[in-house]
Amino acid sequence: MRAQFVLSEIGVGLRRNLTMTFAVIVSVALSLALFGGALLMRDQVSVMKDYWYDKVNVSIFLCNKNDAATAPKCVKGAVTGEQKKQIETDLKKMDIVEKVHYETADEAYKHYKEKYGDSPIASSITPDQMPESFRVKLKDPEKYKVVATAFAGRDGVESVQDQRDILQNLFDLMTGMNVAALCVMALMLVIALMLIVNTVRVSAFSRRRETGIMRLVGASSFYIQMPFIMEAAFAGLIGGAVACVMLLVGRYFLIDNGLALADKMQLVNFIGWDAVLAKLPLVIAIGLLMPAVAAFLALRKYLRV
Amino acid sequence: MVHPVIRFDNVSKTYPKQNRPALRDVSLEIEKGEFVFLVGSSGSGKSTFLRLLLREERTSHGMVHVLGKDLARLSNWKVPQMRRQLGTVFQDFRLLPNKTVAENVAFAQEVIGKSRGEIRKSVPQVLDLVGLGGKEDRMPGELSGGEQQRVAIARAFVNRPLLLIADEPTGNLDPQTSVGIMKLLDRINRTGTTVVMATHDQNIVDQMRKRVIELEKGRLVRDQARGVYGYQH
Repeated sequence: MRAQFVLSEIGVGLRRNLTMTFAVIVSVALSLALFGGALLMRDQVSVMKDYWYDKVNVSIFLCNKNDAATAPKCVKGAVTGEQKKQIETDLKKMDIVEKVHYETADEAYKHYKEKYGDSPIASSITPDQMPESFRVKLKDPEKYKVVATAFAGRDGVESVQDQRDILQNLFDLMTGMNVAALCVMALMLVIALMLIVNTVRVSAFSRRRETGIMRLVGASSFYIQMPFIMEAAFAGLIGGAVACVMLLVGRYFLIDNGLALADKMQLVNFIGWDAVLAKLPLVIAIGLLMPAVAAFLALRKYLRV
Repeated sequence: MVHPVIRFDNVSKTYPKQNRPALRDVSLEIEKGEFVFLVGSSGSGKSTFLRLLLREERTSHGMVHVLGKDLARLSNWKVPQMRRQLGTVFQDFRLLPNKTVAENVAFAQEVIGKSRGEIRKSVPQVLDLVGLGGKEDRMPGELSGGEQQRVAIARAFVNRPLLLIADEPTGNLDPQTSVGIMKLLDRINRTGTTVVMATHDQNIVDQMRKRVIELEKGRLVRDQARGVYGYQH
Protein backbone atom coordinates (compact mmCIF):
# COMPACT_ATOMS: atom_id res chain seq x y z
CA MET A 1 0.00 0.00 0.00
CA ARG A 2 1.34 3.40 -0.90
CA ALA A 3 1.29 5.88 1.95
CA GLN A 4 1.29 8.92 -0.27
CA PHE A 5 -1.79 7.72 -2.12
CA VAL A 6 -3.67 7.06 1.12
CA LEU A 7 -2.65 10.42 2.59
CA SER A 8 -3.81 12.37 -0.44
CA GLU A 9 -7.16 10.58 -0.25
CA ILE A 10 -7.52 11.61 3.40
CA GLY A 11 -6.71 15.23 2.60
CA VAL A 12 -9.30 15.31 -0.17
CA GLY A 13 -11.92 13.73 2.08
CA LEU A 14 -11.34 16.12 4.98
CA ARG A 15 -11.49 19.19 2.79
CA ARG A 16 -14.67 17.99 1.15
CA ASN A 17 -16.47 17.78 4.50
CA LEU A 18 -14.85 20.77 6.11
CA THR A 19 -17.86 21.88 8.18
CA MET A 20 -18.61 18.34 9.28
CA THR A 21 -14.97 17.72 10.14
CA PHE A 22 -14.96 20.90 12.18
CA ALA A 23 -18.08 19.77 14.07
CA VAL A 24 -16.45 16.42 14.79
CA ILE A 25 -13.29 18.10 16.07
CA VAL A 26 -15.21 20.43 18.36
CA SER A 27 -17.46 17.78 19.83
CA VAL A 28 -14.60 15.33 20.34
CA ALA A 29 -12.54 18.09 21.95
CA LEU A 30 -15.34 19.09 24.32
CA SER A 31 -16.20 15.57 25.39
CA LEU A 32 -12.57 14.66 25.93
CA ALA A 33 -11.88 17.87 27.84
CA LEU A 34 -14.79 17.04 30.14
CA PHE A 35 -13.52 13.52 30.48
CA GLY A 36 -10.02 14.75 31.34
CA GLY A 37 -11.49 17.34 33.69
CA ALA A 38 -13.45 14.66 35.53
CA LEU A 39 -10.32 12.54 35.90
CA LEU A 40 -8.40 15.54 37.25
CA MET A 41 -11.21 16.37 39.67
CA ARG A 42 -10.97 12.85 41.02
CA ASP A 43 -7.23 13.32 41.45
CA GLN A 44 -7.87 16.61 43.20
CA VAL A 45 -10.24 14.96 45.66
CA SER A 46 -7.75 12.24 46.45
CA VAL A 47 -4.89 14.74 46.82
CA MET A 48 -7.02 16.74 49.25
CA LYS A 49 -8.01 13.61 51.14
CA ASP A 50 -4.40 12.59 51.54
CA TYR A 51 -3.45 16.06 52.67
CA TRP A 52 -6.32 16.69 55.04
CA TYR A 53 -6.77 13.25 56.50
CA ASP A 54 -3.15 13.47 57.52
CA LYS A 55 -3.92 16.58 59.50
CA VAL A 56 -7.28 15.80 61.00
CA ASN A 57 -7.74 14.28 64.39
CA VAL A 58 -10.42 12.50 66.26
CA SER A 59 -11.41 14.77 69.08
CA ILE A 60 -12.74 13.51 72.37
CA PHE A 61 -14.45 16.45 74.02
CA LEU A 62 -14.73 16.28 77.77
CA CYS A 63 -17.45 17.69 79.92
CA ASN A 64 -16.89 20.99 81.67
CA LYS A 65 -18.95 22.71 84.32
CA ASN A 66 -21.34 24.33 81.85
CA ASP A 67 -22.01 21.09 80.02
CA ALA A 68 -23.00 19.40 83.23
CA ALA A 69 -26.07 21.60 83.21
CA THR A 70 -26.89 21.61 79.47
CA ALA A 71 -25.60 18.48 77.69
CA PRO A 72 -27.52 15.28 78.50
CA LYS A 73 -24.34 13.17 78.24
CA CYS A 74 -22.72 15.17 81.00
CA VAL A 75 -25.39 14.81 83.71
CA LYS A 76 -22.85 13.18 85.99
CA GLY A 77 -20.95 16.43 86.14
CA ALA A 78 -17.69 17.77 84.79
CA VAL A 79 -14.87 15.42 84.02
CA THR A 80 -12.66 14.46 86.97
CA GLY A 81 -8.90 14.16 86.96
CA GLU A 82 -9.21 10.43 87.45
CA GLN A 83 -11.43 10.01 84.41
CA LYS A 84 -9.02 12.03 82.32
CA LYS A 85 -6.11 9.85 83.35
CA GLN A 86 -8.09 6.71 82.62
CA ILE A 87 -9.00 7.91 79.13
CA GLU A 88 -5.43 8.87 78.39
CA THR A 89 -3.99 5.50 79.45
CA ASP A 90 -6.72 3.68 77.51
CA LEU A 91 -5.95 5.71 74.42
CA LYS A 92 -2.24 5.04 74.67
CA LYS A 93 -2.89 1.33 74.96
CA MET A 94 -4.69 1.23 71.59
CA ASP A 95 -2.60 0.07 68.64
CA ILE A 96 -4.28 2.28 66.13
CA VAL A 97 -3.49 5.44 68.00
CA GLU A 98 -0.40 7.25 66.84
CA LYS A 99 -0.35 10.32 69.04
CA VAL A 100 -2.47 11.78 71.78
CA HIS A 101 -2.50 15.45 72.58
CA TYR A 102 -4.34 16.86 75.52
CA GLU A 103 -5.84 20.27 74.81
CA THR A 104 -6.66 22.31 77.88
CA ALA A 105 -9.56 24.75 78.02
CA ASP A 106 -7.08 27.63 77.81
CA GLU A 107 -5.49 26.23 74.66
CA ALA A 108 -8.89 25.72 73.15
CA TYR A 109 -9.76 29.31 73.99
CA LYS A 110 -6.56 30.52 72.36
CA HIS A 111 -7.23 28.56 69.16
CA TYR A 112 -10.78 29.78 69.11
CA LYS A 113 -9.65 33.37 69.46
CA GLU A 114 -7.16 32.92 66.61
CA LYS A 115 -9.87 31.60 64.38
CA TYR A 116 -12.81 33.85 65.17
CA GLY A 117 -11.04 36.67 67.00
CA ASP A 118 -13.09 39.50 65.53
CA SER A 119 -16.56 38.09 65.67
CA PRO A 120 -18.96 39.29 68.39
CA ILE A 121 -19.50 35.80 69.76
CA ALA A 122 -15.78 35.28 70.31
CA SER A 123 -15.52 38.30 72.53
CA SER A 124 -18.29 37.03 74.81
CA ILE A 125 -16.64 33.64 75.30
CA THR A 126 -14.53 32.95 78.35
CA PRO A 127 -11.87 30.26 78.73
CA ASP A 128 -13.89 28.24 81.21
CA GLN A 129 -16.65 27.81 78.64
CA MET A 130 -14.31 25.99 76.29
CA PRO A 131 -14.20 22.19 76.56
CA GLU A 132 -11.07 20.28 77.32
CA SER A 133 -10.31 17.60 74.78
CA PHE A 134 -8.02 14.82 73.71
CA ARG A 135 -6.82 15.27 70.16
CA VAL A 136 -6.10 11.78 68.90
CA LYS A 137 -4.11 11.12 65.78
CA LEU A 138 -4.80 7.73 64.28
CA LYS A 139 -2.43 5.65 62.20
CA ASP A 140 -5.30 4.95 59.86
CA PRO A 141 -7.91 7.74 59.77
CA GLU A 142 -10.55 5.25 58.60
CA LYS A 143 -10.45 3.49 61.98
CA TYR A 144 -12.38 6.30 63.60
CA LYS A 145 -15.27 4.04 64.59
CA VAL A 146 -13.11 2.02 66.98
CA VAL A 147 -12.27 5.10 69.01
CA ALA A 148 -15.82 6.35 68.85
CA THR A 149 -17.32 3.14 70.28
CA ALA A 150 -14.66 2.87 72.95
CA PHE A 151 -15.09 6.36 74.38
CA ALA A 152 -18.49 7.74 73.44
CA GLY A 153 -20.84 7.49 76.40
CA ARG A 154 -18.09 7.11 78.96
CA ASP A 155 -18.45 9.22 82.07
CA GLY A 156 -16.96 12.65 81.58
CA VAL A 157 -16.97 12.42 77.76
CA GLU A 158 -19.24 14.88 76.05
CA SER A 159 -18.75 13.71 72.49
CA VAL A 160 -16.35 12.03 70.11
CA GLN A 161 -16.01 13.91 66.87
CA ASP A 162 -14.33 12.91 63.67
CA GLN A 163 -13.16 16.01 61.86
CA ARG A 164 -13.40 14.18 58.59
CA ASP A 165 -17.15 14.70 58.69
CA ILE A 166 -16.63 18.37 57.94
CA LEU A 167 -14.47 17.61 54.91
CA GLN A 168 -16.77 14.88 53.73
CA ASN A 169 -19.35 17.45 52.65
CA LEU A 170 -16.79 19.18 50.46
CA PHE A 171 -15.70 15.91 48.94
CA ASP A 172 -19.30 14.91 48.31
CA LEU A 173 -19.81 18.18 46.47
CA MET A 174 -16.75 17.58 44.33
CA THR A 175 -17.80 14.02 43.57
CA GLY A 176 -21.21 15.34 42.59
CA MET A 177 -19.62 17.80 40.19
CA ASN A 178 -17.57 14.94 38.85
CA VAL A 179 -20.65 12.87 38.11
CA ALA A 180 -22.26 15.87 36.42
CA ALA A 181 -19.17 16.37 34.26
CA LEU A 182 -19.24 12.70 33.28
CA CYS A 183 -22.92 12.92 32.32
CA VAL A 184 -22.27 15.92 30.08
CA MET A 185 -19.29 14.08 28.66
CA ALA A 186 -21.42 11.04 27.84
CA LEU A 187 -23.87 13.28 26.04
CA MET A 188 -21.12 15.04 24.09
CA LEU A 189 -19.65 11.66 23.26
CA VAL A 190 -22.93 10.48 21.79
CA ILE A 191 -23.13 13.67 19.74
CA ALA A 192 -19.55 13.20 18.58
CA LEU A 193 -20.23 9.61 17.57
CA MET A 194 -23.38 10.53 15.65
CA LEU A 195 -21.50 13.28 13.86
CA ILE A 196 -18.77 10.84 12.92
CA VAL A 197 -21.27 8.31 11.64
CA ASN A 198 -22.94 11.01 9.59
CA THR A 199 -19.63 12.31 8.26
CA VAL A 200 -18.65 8.84 7.19
CA ARG A 201 -22.00 8.36 5.50
CA VAL A 202 -21.68 11.60 3.57
CA SER A 203 -18.12 10.95 2.51
CA ALA A 204 -18.89 7.34 1.59
CA PHE A 205 -21.69 8.65 -0.60
CA SER A 206 -19.60 11.36 -2.24
CA ARG A 207 -16.84 8.87 -2.96
CA ARG A 208 -19.05 6.00 -4.11
CA ARG A 209 -17.64 6.26 -7.63
CA GLU A 210 -14.07 5.77 -6.45
CA THR A 211 -14.97 3.04 -3.99
CA GLY A 212 -17.09 1.30 -6.61
CA ILE A 213 -14.15 1.19 -8.99
CA MET A 214 -11.82 0.09 -6.20
CA ARG A 215 -14.15 -2.76 -5.42
CA LEU A 216 -14.37 -3.86 -9.05
CA VAL A 217 -10.63 -3.95 -9.62
CA GLY A 218 -10.21 -5.97 -6.43
CA ALA A 219 -8.93 -3.55 -3.82
CA SER A 220 -9.11 -5.17 -0.39
CA SER A 221 -11.84 -3.93 1.90
CA PHE A 222 -9.16 -2.75 4.29
CA TYR A 223 -7.69 -0.60 1.54
CA ILE A 224 -11.08 0.83 0.61
CA GLN A 225 -12.05 1.59 4.21
CA MET A 226 -8.69 2.90 5.31
CA PRO A 227 -9.06 6.51 4.07
CA PHE A 228 -12.43 6.86 5.82
CA ILE A 229 -11.13 5.48 9.09
CA MET A 230 -7.97 7.58 8.88
CA GLU A 231 -10.11 10.63 8.19
CA ALA A 232 -12.15 10.08 11.34
CA ALA A 233 -9.05 9.21 13.36
CA PHE A 234 -7.28 12.33 12.11
CA ALA A 235 -10.21 14.58 13.03
CA GLY A 236 -10.36 12.81 16.41
CA LEU A 237 -6.64 13.33 16.91
CA ILE A 238 -7.01 17.06 16.36
CA GLY A 239 -9.99 17.03 18.74
CA GLY A 240 -7.89 15.19 21.32
CA ALA A 241 -5.07 17.69 20.92
CA VAL A 242 -7.50 20.58 21.41
CA ALA A 243 -8.84 18.84 24.54
CA CYS A 244 -5.28 18.56 25.88
CA VAL A 245 -4.70 22.26 25.31
CA MET A 246 -8.00 22.99 27.06
CA LEU A 247 -6.93 20.94 30.08
CA LEU A 248 -3.55 22.65 30.33
CA VAL A 249 -5.00 26.11 29.84
CA GLY A 250 -7.80 25.25 32.27
CA ARG A 251 -5.38 24.25 35.01
CA TYR A 252 -3.28 27.35 34.39
CA PHE A 253 -6.17 29.78 34.65
CA LEU A 254 -7.99 28.04 37.50
CA ILE A 255 -5.05 27.43 39.76
CA ASP A 256 -2.03 29.51 38.83
CA ASN A 257 -3.45 32.55 37.16
CA GLY A 258 -6.79 34.11 36.32
CA LEU A 259 -8.97 32.67 39.08
CA ALA A 260 -5.72 31.94 40.93
CA LEU A 261 -7.25 29.49 43.38
CA ALA A 262 -3.77 28.60 44.63
CA ASP A 263 -3.48 32.10 46.08
CA LYS A 264 -7.01 32.36 47.36
CA MET A 265 -7.17 28.95 48.96
CA GLN A 266 -3.75 28.41 50.38
CA LEU A 267 -4.93 25.69 52.70
CA VAL A 268 -5.88 23.53 49.72
CA ASN A 269 -3.23 21.41 48.14
CA PHE A 270 -3.79 21.50 44.36
CA ILE A 271 -2.85 18.91 41.79
CA GLY A 272 0.39 19.63 39.95
CA TRP A 273 1.21 19.80 36.26
CA ASP A 274 2.39 16.20 36.36
CA ALA A 275 -1.15 15.03 37.11
CA VAL A 276 -2.44 16.95 34.08
CA LEU A 277 0.36 15.73 31.82
CA ALA A 278 -0.27 12.13 32.91
CA LYS A 279 -3.84 12.36 31.56
CA LEU A 280 -2.88 13.68 28.13
CA PRO A 281 -1.76 10.39 26.52
CA LEU A 282 -5.06 8.79 27.52
CA VAL A 283 -7.04 11.72 26.12
CA ILE A 284 -5.09 11.56 22.85
CA ALA A 285 -5.47 7.79 22.61
CA ILE A 286 -9.23 7.93 23.13
CA GLY A 287 -9.47 10.83 20.66
CA LEU A 288 -7.71 8.69 18.09
CA LEU A 289 -9.36 5.33 18.70
CA MET A 290 -12.96 6.21 19.44
CA PRO A 291 -13.68 7.99 16.12
CA ALA A 292 -11.76 5.28 14.24
CA VAL A 293 -13.93 2.56 15.74
CA ALA A 294 -17.08 4.61 15.14
CA ALA A 295 -16.07 5.13 11.50
CA PHE A 296 -15.33 1.44 11.07
CA LEU A 297 -18.76 0.49 12.39
CA ALA A 298 -20.44 3.16 10.24
CA LEU A 299 -18.66 1.83 7.14
CA ARG A 300 -20.11 -1.60 7.64
CA LYS A 301 -23.48 -0.01 7.11
CA TYR A 302 -22.80 2.66 4.51
CA LEU A 303 -20.02 1.27 2.34
CA ARG A 304 -20.32 -1.91 0.35
CA VAL A 305 -17.05 -3.70 -0.03
CA MET B 1 -7.56 -30.79 -14.73
CA VAL B 2 -8.52 -27.65 -16.62
CA HIS B 3 -11.49 -25.80 -15.17
CA PRO B 4 -13.91 -23.97 -17.36
CA VAL B 5 -13.60 -20.23 -16.76
CA ILE B 6 -17.27 -20.03 -15.80
CA ARG B 7 -19.57 -22.83 -14.71
CA PHE B 8 -23.21 -22.42 -13.64
CA ASP B 9 -24.90 -25.45 -12.08
CA ASN B 10 -28.68 -25.10 -11.80
CA VAL B 11 -28.36 -21.53 -10.70
CA SER B 12 -31.43 -19.68 -9.46
CA LYS B 13 -31.51 -16.23 -7.95
CA THR B 14 -34.46 -14.62 -6.23
CA TYR B 15 -33.97 -11.15 -4.80
CA PRO B 16 -35.38 -10.52 -1.35
CA LYS B 17 -39.01 -9.36 -1.35
CA GLN B 18 -39.57 -10.45 -4.96
CA ASN B 19 -41.71 -13.33 -6.07
CA ARG B 20 -40.33 -13.90 -9.53
CA PRO B 21 -36.79 -15.24 -9.64
CA ALA B 22 -34.34 -13.16 -11.70
CA LEU B 23 -32.58 -16.32 -12.79
CA ARG B 24 -34.17 -19.77 -13.01
CA ASP B 25 -32.20 -22.99 -13.07
CA VAL B 26 -29.43 -21.84 -15.40
CA SER B 27 -26.63 -24.30 -16.19
CA LEU B 28 -23.77 -23.60 -18.60
CA GLU B 29 -20.03 -23.65 -19.04
CA ILE B 30 -17.75 -21.10 -20.67
CA GLU B 31 -14.24 -22.25 -21.55
CA LYS B 32 -11.02 -20.35 -21.52
CA GLY B 33 -10.56 -18.07 -24.52
CA GLU B 34 -14.23 -17.99 -25.52
CA PHE B 35 -16.05 -14.84 -26.60
CA VAL B 36 -19.66 -15.00 -25.45
CA PHE B 37 -22.57 -12.64 -26.08
CA LEU B 38 -25.26 -12.51 -23.44
CA VAL B 39 -28.51 -11.31 -24.96
CA GLY B 40 -32.07 -10.88 -23.78
CA SER B 41 -34.55 -8.10 -23.23
CA SER B 42 -34.45 -5.86 -20.20
CA GLY B 43 -35.31 -7.80 -17.08
CA SER B 44 -34.31 -11.11 -18.63
CA GLY B 45 -31.61 -11.66 -16.01
CA LYS B 46 -28.48 -10.51 -17.86
CA SER B 47 -27.43 -8.11 -15.12
CA THR B 48 -28.07 -10.69 -12.43
CA PHE B 49 -25.94 -13.14 -14.41
CA LEU B 50 -23.03 -10.65 -14.45
CA ARG B 51 -23.49 -9.68 -10.81
CA LEU B 52 -23.24 -13.31 -9.81
CA LEU B 53 -19.96 -13.60 -11.72
CA LEU B 54 -18.56 -10.62 -9.82
CA ARG B 55 -19.99 -11.98 -6.59
CA GLU B 56 -21.91 -8.80 -6.04
CA GLU B 57 -24.76 -11.20 -5.35
CA ARG B 58 -24.92 -14.79 -4.17
CA THR B 59 -27.07 -17.48 -5.69
CA SER B 60 -30.30 -18.61 -4.07
CA HIS B 61 -29.82 -22.13 -5.41
CA GLY B 62 -27.11 -23.83 -7.40
CA MET B 63 -23.42 -23.19 -7.73
CA VAL B 64 -21.36 -20.64 -9.63
CA HIS B 65 -17.72 -21.44 -10.32
CA VAL B 66 -15.50 -18.69 -11.67
CA LEU B 67 -11.89 -19.57 -12.57
CA GLY B 68 -12.34 -22.87 -10.74
CA LYS B 69 -13.55 -21.31 -7.49
CA ASP B 70 -16.93 -21.98 -5.92
CA LEU B 71 -18.13 -18.45 -5.22
CA ALA B 72 -20.55 -19.56 -2.51
CA ARG B 73 -17.67 -21.01 -0.53
CA LEU B 74 -15.34 -18.08 -1.15
CA SER B 75 -14.95 -16.13 2.08
CA ASN B 76 -15.55 -12.39 1.93
CA TRP B 77 -11.95 -11.37 2.41
CA LYS B 78 -10.89 -13.51 -0.55
CA VAL B 79 -13.33 -11.84 -2.93
CA PRO B 80 -10.93 -8.97 -3.80
CA GLN B 81 -8.29 -11.52 -4.81
CA MET B 82 -10.84 -13.17 -7.10
CA ARG B 83 -11.89 -9.85 -8.63
CA ARG B 84 -8.29 -8.99 -9.49
CA GLN B 85 -8.44 -11.76 -12.07
CA LEU B 86 -11.54 -10.20 -13.62
CA GLY B 87 -11.83 -7.05 -15.67
CA THR B 88 -15.10 -5.13 -15.92
CA VAL B 89 -16.40 -2.59 -18.42
CA PHE B 90 -19.72 -0.77 -18.18
CA GLN B 91 -22.03 1.15 -20.42
CA ASP B 92 -21.38 4.38 -18.46
CA PHE B 93 -17.55 4.00 -18.51
CA ARG B 94 -17.23 4.77 -14.78
CA LEU B 95 -14.09 6.87 -15.07
CA LEU B 96 -12.90 9.25 -12.37
CA PRO B 97 -13.54 12.71 -13.83
CA ASN B 98 -10.82 14.46 -11.84
CA LYS B 99 -8.03 12.13 -12.91
CA THR B 100 -6.21 12.02 -16.23
CA VAL B 101 -6.44 9.07 -18.61
CA ALA B 102 -3.16 7.64 -17.33
CA GLU B 103 -4.18 8.19 -13.69
CA ASN B 104 -7.50 6.47 -14.27
CA VAL B 105 -5.74 3.39 -15.58
CA ALA B 106 -3.04 3.58 -12.90
CA PHE B 107 -5.76 3.77 -10.22
CA ALA B 108 -6.67 0.14 -10.89
CA GLN B 109 -3.08 -0.83 -10.12
CA GLU B 110 -2.52 1.54 -7.22
CA VAL B 111 -5.45 0.24 -5.24
CA ILE B 112 -4.22 -3.34 -5.44
CA GLY B 113 -0.78 -2.28 -4.31
CA LYS B 114 1.27 -2.56 -7.52
CA SER B 115 4.65 -0.85 -7.36
CA ARG B 116 5.26 2.50 -8.98
CA GLY B 117 7.75 0.99 -11.40
CA GLU B 118 5.29 -1.62 -12.55
CA ILE B 119 2.60 1.02 -13.07
CA ARG B 120 4.91 3.26 -15.07
CA LYS B 121 5.67 0.34 -17.35
CA SER B 122 2.24 -1.16 -17.87
CA VAL B 123 0.07 1.96 -18.21
CA PRO B 124 1.61 3.30 -21.46
CA GLN B 125 1.64 -0.26 -22.81
CA VAL B 126 -2.05 -0.84 -22.28
CA LEU B 127 -2.95 2.66 -23.52
CA ASP B 128 -1.07 1.89 -26.74
CA LEU B 129 -2.98 -1.38 -27.00
CA VAL B 130 -6.36 0.38 -26.84
CA GLY B 131 -5.19 3.06 -29.27
CA LEU B 132 -4.89 5.97 -26.88
CA GLY B 133 -1.13 6.43 -27.08
CA GLY B 134 -0.34 10.13 -26.68
CA LYS B 135 -3.54 10.95 -24.77
CA GLU B 136 -2.21 9.96 -21.36
CA ASP B 137 -2.60 13.42 -19.83
CA ARG B 138 -6.05 14.26 -21.15
CA MET B 139 -9.02 14.41 -18.78
CA PRO B 140 -11.95 12.04 -19.42
CA GLY B 141 -14.22 15.02 -20.07
CA GLU B 142 -12.10 16.03 -23.05
CA LEU B 143 -12.51 12.66 -24.76
CA SER B 144 -15.24 11.31 -26.99
CA GLY B 145 -17.48 8.51 -25.73
CA GLY B 146 -15.58 5.90 -27.69
CA GLU B 147 -12.28 7.12 -26.31
CA GLN B 148 -13.63 7.11 -22.78
CA GLN B 149 -14.73 3.52 -23.22
CA ARG B 150 -11.24 2.68 -24.45
CA VAL B 151 -9.85 4.15 -21.22
CA ALA B 152 -12.29 1.97 -19.27
CA ILE B 153 -11.19 -1.09 -21.24
CA ALA B 154 -7.54 -0.20 -20.65
CA ARG B 155 -8.28 0.01 -16.94
CA ALA B 156 -10.07 -3.34 -16.98
CA PHE B 157 -7.25 -4.98 -18.92
CA VAL B 158 -4.20 -3.41 -17.28
CA ASN B 159 -4.01 -6.11 -14.62
CA ARG B 160 -4.20 -8.81 -17.34
CA PRO B 161 -7.41 -10.46 -16.16
CA LEU B 162 -8.32 -13.99 -17.24
CA LEU B 163 -11.93 -12.95 -17.75
CA LEU B 164 -13.29 -9.67 -19.09
CA ILE B 165 -16.91 -8.87 -18.27
CA ALA B 166 -18.55 -6.16 -20.37
CA ASP B 167 -22.03 -4.88 -19.56
CA GLU B 168 -23.36 -3.23 -22.73
CA PRO B 169 -20.06 -1.54 -23.49
CA THR B 170 -21.42 -0.06 -26.74
CA GLY B 171 -24.76 1.01 -25.27
CA ASN B 172 -23.86 4.70 -25.29
CA LEU B 173 -21.91 4.74 -28.53
CA ASP B 174 -22.80 5.28 -32.20
CA PRO B 175 -22.52 2.25 -34.55
CA GLN B 176 -19.20 3.27 -36.06
CA THR B 177 -17.52 3.82 -32.70
CA SER B 178 -19.06 0.57 -31.48
CA VAL B 179 -17.31 -1.33 -34.26
CA GLY B 180 -14.00 0.08 -33.06
CA ILE B 181 -14.72 -1.02 -29.51
CA MET B 182 -15.71 -4.49 -30.70
CA LYS B 183 -12.45 -4.81 -32.65
CA LEU B 184 -10.59 -3.91 -29.49
CA LEU B 185 -12.48 -6.50 -27.43
CA ASP B 186 -11.83 -9.07 -30.14
CA ARG B 187 -8.13 -8.28 -29.96
CA ILE B 188 -8.15 -8.70 -26.20
CA ASN B 189 -10.01 -11.98 -26.66
CA ARG B 190 -7.25 -13.19 -29.02
CA THR B 191 -4.65 -12.76 -26.25
CA GLY B 192 -6.45 -15.63 -24.50
CA THR B 193 -8.73 -13.56 -22.29
CA THR B 194 -12.26 -14.90 -22.01
CA VAL B 195 -14.83 -12.20 -22.81
CA VAL B 196 -18.45 -12.21 -21.65
CA MET B 197 -20.44 -9.33 -23.07
CA ALA B 198 -24.05 -8.46 -22.36
CA THR B 199 -25.54 -6.46 -25.22
CA HIS B 200 -28.65 -5.23 -26.99
CA ASP B 201 -26.76 -4.42 -30.18
CA GLN B 202 -28.15 -6.66 -32.89
CA ASN B 203 -25.69 -5.62 -35.61
CA ILE B 204 -22.68 -6.37 -33.50
CA VAL B 205 -23.86 -9.83 -32.51
CA ASP B 206 -24.80 -10.70 -36.07
CA GLN B 207 -21.47 -9.49 -37.45
CA MET B 208 -19.18 -11.11 -34.88
CA ARG B 209 -20.67 -14.61 -35.13
CA LYS B 210 -19.62 -15.69 -31.66
CA ARG B 211 -21.33 -17.89 -29.12
CA VAL B 212 -24.68 -16.41 -28.06
CA ILE B 213 -26.45 -17.14 -24.80
CA GLU B 214 -30.01 -15.86 -24.61
CA LEU B 215 -31.95 -15.37 -21.41
CA GLU B 216 -35.67 -14.82 -21.21
CA LYS B 217 -37.45 -14.16 -17.94
CA GLY B 218 -34.54 -15.68 -16.09
CA ARG B 219 -34.36 -18.88 -18.12
CA LEU B 220 -31.63 -19.95 -20.48
CA VAL B 221 -33.55 -20.27 -23.79
CA ARG B 222 -30.71 -20.47 -26.30
CA ASP B 223 -27.02 -21.35 -26.27
CA GLN B 224 -25.70 -21.24 -29.79
CA ALA B 225 -22.16 -21.35 -31.15
CA ARG B 226 -21.54 -18.77 -33.89
CA GLY B 227 -25.03 -17.41 -33.24
CA VAL B 228 -26.98 -14.34 -34.23
CA TYR B 229 -29.02 -11.91 -32.15
CA GLY B 230 -32.06 -13.83 -33.24
CA TYR B 231 -35.10 -12.02 -31.90
CA GLN B 232 -36.89 -8.79 -32.49
CA HIS B 233 -37.42 -6.35 -29.70
